[in-house]
Amino acid sequence: MNLTLKIWRQENEKAQGKFVTYEVKDISPDSSFLEMLDILNEQLVNKIQLPIAFDHDCREGICGMCSLYINGRAHGPDEGITTCQLHMRKFSDGDIITIEPWRSRGFPIIKDLMVNRDAFDNIMQSGGYISVNTGGIPDANSIPISKENSDLSMDAAACIGCGACVATCKNSSAMLFVSAKVSQFALLPQGRTEAKIISNIARMNREFLCANFS
Amino acid sequence: MAILNSKVPGGKLFDKWTEYKNHQNLVNPANKRKLDIIIVGTGLAGASAAASLGELGFKVKNFCYQDSARRAHSIAAQGGINAAKNYPNDGDSVYRLFYDTVKGGDYRARESNVYRLAEVSNSIIDQGVAQGIPFARDYGGLLDNRSFGGALVSRTFYARGQTGQQLLLGAYSALSRQINKKTVDMYNRTELMDIVIVDGRARGIVVRNLVTGKIESHFGHAVVLATGGYGNVFFLSTNAMGSNVSAAWKAHKKGSYFANPCFVQIHPTCIPVHGDFQSKLTLMSESLRNDGRIWVPKKKSDAEKIRKGQLKPESLKEEDRDYYLERRYPAFGNLVPRDVASRAAKERCDAGFGIEKTGKGVYLDFKSAIERLGKNTIEQRYGNLFQMYGKITDDNPYETPMKIYPAIHYSMGGVWVDYELMSTVKGLFVVGEANFSDHGANRLGASALMQGLADGYFVLPYTIQNYLADQIGVARMDTNLPEFKKAEKDVKLLLDKLMSIKGKRSVDSIHKELGITMWDNVGMARNKKGLELALEKIKSLKKEFWTNLRIPGEINSLNTELEKAYRLADFLELGELMAKDALHRDESSGGHFREEYQTDEGEAKRDDKNFTYAAAWEYAGENKEHILHKDVLSYENIEVKQRNYKK
Amino acid sequence: MKKLFSSSVGQKLIMSLSGLFLITFILVHLLLNLLLLVGPEAYNKAVHFMATNPLMHLMEPVLAAGFIFHIIYATILTLQNQKARPEAYAVVDQSESSSWASRNMYVLGGLVFIFIALHLVNFFFKMKFGVGGDLPKVVYEGIKMDDAYPLVSGLFKVWWYAVIYVIGAVLLALHLRHSLWSALQTLGMNNSNLRPILENISILYAVIIGLGFSIIPIYFLIS
Repeated sequence: MNLTLKIWRQENEKAQGKFVTYEVKDISPDSSFLEMLDILNEQLVNKIQLPIAFDHDCREGICGMCSLYINGRAHGPDEGITTCQLHMRKFSDGDIITIEPWRSRGFPIIKDLMVNRDAFDNIMQSGGYISVNTGGIPDANSIPISKENSDLSMDAAACIGCGACVATCKNSSAMLFVSAKVSQFALLPQGRTEAKIISNIARMNREFLCANFS
Repeated sequence: MAILNSKVPGGKLFDKWTEYKNHQNLVNPANKRKLDIIIVGTGLAGASAAASLGELGFKVKNFCYQDSARRAHSIAAQGGINAAKNYPNDGDSVYRLFYDTVKGGDYRARESNVYRLAEVSNSIIDQGVAQGIPFARDYGGLLDNRSFGGALVSRTFYARGQTGQQLLLGAYSALSRQINKKTVDMYNRTELMDIVIVDGRARGIVVRNLVTGKIESHFGHAVVLATGGYGNVFFLSTNAMGSNVSAAWKAHKKGSYFANPCFVQIHPTCIPVHGDFQSKLTLMSESLRNDGRIWVPKKKSDAEKIRKGQLKPESLKEEDRDYYLERRYPAFGNLVPRDVASRAAKERCDAGFGIEKTGKGVYLDFKSAIERLGKNTIEQRYGNLFQMYGKITDDNPYETPMKIYPAIHYSMGGVWVDYELMSTVKGLFVVGEANFSDHGANRLGASALMQGLADGYFVLPYTIQNYLADQIGVARMDTNLPEFKKAEKDVKLLLDKLMSIKGKRSVDSIHKELGITMWDNVGMARNKKGLELALEKIKSLKKEFWTNLRIPGEINSLNTELEKAYRLADFLELGELMAKDALHRDESSGGHFREEYQTDEGEAKRDDKNFTYAAAWEYAGENKEHILHKDVLSYENIEVKQRNYKK
Repeated sequence: MKKLFSSSVGQKLIMSLSGLFLITFILVHLLLNLLLLVGPEAYNKAVHFMATNPLMHLMEPVLAAGFIFHIIYATILTLQNQKARPEAYAVVDQSESSSWASRNMYVLGGLVFIFIALHLVNFFFKMKFGVGGDLPKVVYEGIKMDDAYPLVSGLFKVWWYAVIYVIGAVLLALHLRHSLWSALQTLGMNNSNLRPILENISILYAVIIGLGFSIIPIYFLIS
């Protein structure tokens, strides 16, 4: 299929960004969205132009490094997946696809579609852990945890920290990211001994300047 | 030329680690503050080591090329982590885990290291639970286990299909805590460019800030590499796009021997390749083989029809299917080790029974499991994997069998290390997948997570102190020393050289060519002729790279093409050594299958008399032949025999 | 206490509590107004009761404070939210992740506020302070009271006033559609069972309020 891409290009954090339009041809519906961008980048490199910078690493939906706001939706027009798992069969020949970076005060743009998500690390450092040292731990089965709680905890723990919640939230709030960690620990006995929820949220407010509301 | 000393402690196998810990040197708390440790990589091994050493009071600097420590590729491990807890009461023990690991590795791993690994495995599970990792539990509230390839017991702990993610986030949370306490300084988006040696000891690293392109140096009393494996030398692998060999390779060029580079693992259950645009292969967890049955059509004519899309696999009758693993290996069936399963798939496809348009694929079928257990149970066990498969292939694995094919997954080979995990360069430690030590010629499923965390939480924090104990008198060094400045200059020269080639080809186009050469000749099956061909081909590719590469952009800014280029430069050299290593090893063992050396039944045939050693290669200089050193392996507690998964 | 006013959770709490208070007030207000449909006597008696009941006197400043807090914090929060995303997206498709009303609460709130101002001028100031002249008096069961009924019925005979009030009721309903469950969620009432129930109640409540307040001007316009 042939596509028209409107991609946000921005030299660095301070620079003024703008949309640039590109055409790609003969894209296989079986290729992934990022592979489609690879093909575009190969074209650009062959023309000795700067390829589009975007974050990606594992390309199997788990590392949380890929981002992209595609046609107005974080990770594009499919459900429950990341951009790297999005496949071109979700688009049609002749489509115009607008690709933007995550936009949030807390995620400054590094270059083109790449953003800085240190804010998430900072939140985790301010309390996203249970304070145990290595070693000297009682047997893993010494505290039974109900399957139900353990499963619910896992639901929350599965957050990949990609930032789509911030990108999508109309207030650019990181509340979902924070609450995923808080829920994971709150459901487990070892997590309940510490309550660091408030420090997490205070940190979030500083990082995102978001009012976390409405 | 240094003589290899693996520093394995004396005494009985079962007591070695305890004895070592009883007698090793330690650093007192006041002195720990004066010692700097550099750790490169934040995967399971790196993050757990950084957190543990930070807790002990050392000054740690931790580096990763990703935007956050949590992105390291350990996160993608799906199935589980082994431990000898014997919770299911099915006869497991530390010895049995040790035995299975050595046997699974086709008797090419160091006995003492593997025993230590099995010994500390239980502590890892305890640690994880205390950190708040929601491992799978049964209704009684206790931890659940599943079985994995190469074992007759259920010893694998798991958190859905995201065990690696949960274990890594556990280590990352411990690391985050130390960063908050300022015992660890974290450097994201920072890549190692070289290792600095002062008076024969590793004393620091040169790094490049991937955002600004700035080159700078960091000092450490010791340097730890936890930089993962080199599967991306094949271009297509299950590794992350950024995974690379460069840190290990720089260590190698600075004097660390590189061991068993030809031992790479080919994982039997990955989604088959679709087209030449493909950038990456996706693994489907080995745990699927617990309930999935692998087959190809019995008749070639059916296989052909399926390839042409004229026949649907689900409509093929039971008697027309060849469950070849169950047929060939009745005892282990679909749960044979990875190397065996991969080769069996290749054998069927080469014989013309493969499916997919390319003929390179086999089926992994859940029909009988769904009939036996119900769709709900299967969904609970593998729901996320099925969903992922559906998104990528547009097929519904609840209704039609999955299509799978082997792909490069893990590197057993790596930097040679002694019992203390130190390489042949003093003060340079290598942990996790980046070293060579524990898996021999083939790794069993759910053992990589175990090894990474064992090294980081429970081994390195001890052994590194034995080295650091006599370094307390060494003051922190200024990074303006000539050794640092020289290393920085060399890095800048390399980058200038790359940028000034100004040829016509993109990095990826050359990398893809390297990948095809490696897969065809240094992949699942190897022979002398193919390996010699590969050596020649890689030489010409190297020349192509250094004369015809084109990198747009600048050195002093974010430049993804430049990053890929300096990684590929090292992959090209590694590829050459892999072929050389494979050529020298005139036997088949584990993941290294030389077609000349097989039994009548097509199984790998070892040559224990001549090859019971780890091949540790010394770098002799540019355009010089590598020098082989043999780390001879002796098995005192295990009877070495032909692996047999048939009965 | 300082944290309550400065932290985002505290500010949310203020919005939630003041909002819930206003939600309750609106319901009482509607019930009272619906007496207009019953007739002048019922309505005037209710107005008289409200005007003379000491509890209502006490609640008046509280109500005013509720409005003021709600408006001030909505403004603070909205300004903060805008700072949180300095550059807007060029294409936004949030149809599946949030409702239109929830994304436009401040705008809706602002429009409702304009409407309320008009409403105060039309009725409240006249009834309460006798702005524009004292209301005529009536006597029911020996008690003399203001006859507020003609004021209302007279105003809604003007068609464009009726239209404005219907529009006001619709805006209010849209604002309320996102209010009730969201306010309760802030107080921690949210889980996978509760959420759909609360959302439905919220929608039902908004419809009742919207329809209820629309019926009155339409009734007088037609009759």
